[in-house]
Amino acid sequence: MANYKSLYQEVILDHNKKPRNYGAIESPSHHAVGHNPLCGDHISVDVDLGDERINNIAFQGESCAICKASASMMTTAIKGKTRAEAETLIQEFLAMATGKLSHEACPNIGRLAVFAGVSDLPTRVKCAILPWHTLSGAFNAVASTSTESEDDPMHAPIGDA
Amino acid sequence: MNEIQTALKSRSSSTFDVERIRADFPILKLTVNDKPLVYFDNAASSQMPQQVIDRLVRYQTTQHANINRAVHYLSEVATSEFEGARRTLQHFINAHEEREVIFTSGTTDSINLVMQGYGRKFIGAGDEIILTTLEHHSNIVPWQMLAEEKGAKIRVVPINDAGELLIDEYEKLFNERTKFVGVTHVSNALGTINPIKEMIAFAHARGVPVLVDGAQAAPHIKVDVQELDCDFYAFSGHKLCGPTGIGILYGRAALLENMQPFKGGGDMILSVTFEKTTYNTIPHKFEAGTPPIAAAIGLGAAVDYLSEIGMDAIAAHELALLKYASEQINAMPGVRIIGTAEHKAAVLSFAVDGVHPHDIGTLLNQEGVAVRTGHHCAQPVMQRLHVPATSRASFAFYNSMDEVDALIAGIRTVQKIFT
Repeated sequence: MANYKSLYQEVILDHNKKPRNYGAIESPSHHAVGHNPLCGDHISVDVDLGDERINNIAFQGESCAICKASASMMTTAIKGKTRAEAETLIQEFLAMATGKLSHEACPNIGRLAVFAGVSDLPTRVKCAILPWHTLSGAFNAVASTSTESEDDPMHAPIGDA
Repeated sequence: MNEIQTALKSRSSSTFDVERIRADFPILKLTVNDKPLVYFDNAASSQMPQQVIDRLVRYQTTQHANINRAVHYLSEVATSEFEGARRTLQHFINAHEEREVIFTSGTTDSINLVMQGYGRKFIGAGDEIILTTLEHHSNIVPWQMLAEEKGAKIRVVPINDAGELLIDEYEKLFNERTKFVGVTHVSNALGTINPIKEMIAFAHARGVPVLVDGAQAAPHIKVDVQELDCDFYAFSGHKLCGPTGIGILYGRAALLENMQPFKGGGDMILSVTFEKTTYNTIPHKFEAGTPPIAAAIGLGAAVDYLSEIGMDAIAAHELALLKYASEQINAMPGVRIIGTAEHKAAVLSFAVDGVHPHDIGTLLNQEGVAVRTGHHCAQPVMQRLHVPATSRASFAFYNSMDEVDALIAGIRTVQKIFT
């Protein structure tokens, strides 16, 4: 049986209550909105990607605590990274949250390991990965015009990318 | 425990032996996350008593064959039991004739049957269909499909902030193009009981037939289709302590006879040649192919079980649960009931300040309490009341006051975690 208590840890509740990097960026280089049609939740992610690194990242929207904390912690983890580093972290987070990899097998996951428990809650995995898919959608709208929804392991659609 | 709690609890238990009833439901003995299961998702699907489980086993082990076909023993027994279940359902809703009771796969299938069989034949371009804001998606989408195909128009009855239909507005929607009314008896998201008898009378005075979505009403209040004078009444077996995959469409015989079949196949025909096929009489015209025989017989047993307890006793106990839970929640700071109609069935939608329904659902589950969270397949209601989603506790007659206490304690735990 899943240990639900492990999911609603202090760090997640704190990021839900006081989300970091909450809001929008004026003229972002990348932008996407992610929707969870199951519950109507939606978040938007703005990225300011410089020549080398992600100078700034922000998110806003309506969502549950798991989604909001995941988005907040994502922004703190991603800021200052290169795009390649960010994409590696996206892959690690998705693999961990969907139960394909343990958090020990994700070398860059760090504090985001608090979301490992979500893989035991199939109905909540979407909540945790929505921000990450939205970020991925923001990146790929530049690389390619096709959306990633087909490749999405949980089929969380990404719109307005 | 305060005085109100004690008084409310004793009032209910003096007339209704809920512990004896609970003993009939094996699943209620489960523990979830090491806590006793508190099952408050009855509006989505109810649980099955041992009597119905035993009936399914008896059918499957001693009575099963295909119906309406062979002359051998088992086929005759299965046919007779299947038709017996139809009569049980006829009496349950007080239909005038048993041929007015059609076995479908559920409420959605029943509504689609009416859309296909009646709507496609009698509703055309420019015609209008009246629905309400309180409808479940299953009583919206089929009519939208029809409207798109035919060029018909859908008119929607609004609600007030309490979640009650505005009957004046309903009456104003009628004109010479109005051809059909679809209305839910009880709102699945809010619990509102609609004044369908009056609404039907108003429509009939203008020659307009009415379909009632009874999915949330049939399990909780006594339904009498003759007294309601409805033209169609649809409901599901699995919300009535029966199996999934079975439901009922009641239809007035004169209307059913004029409708076109929904599905073609075996059992729904009298004779078939490649030149001409003659359709069977009702209800068989609408029951193409081998039906879910076991599920129909199981539903008959479920209805027998409910009738033995008595729908009035069931309604009274559920109302006591609703009242007790509503009073507790109204006394809690930061918790708000969504849907405060004067007449409600045992559905309690609520919102907790600062906490998303999905988090409430996950945390209540941690306490063993099963509630539904989300938009309840009724997005127009949610939009109207400006809530993206709610948490919904829906009660059945086998729920107890102690379980309501567990829900309330669970909500307090949620609030504590999120402060």
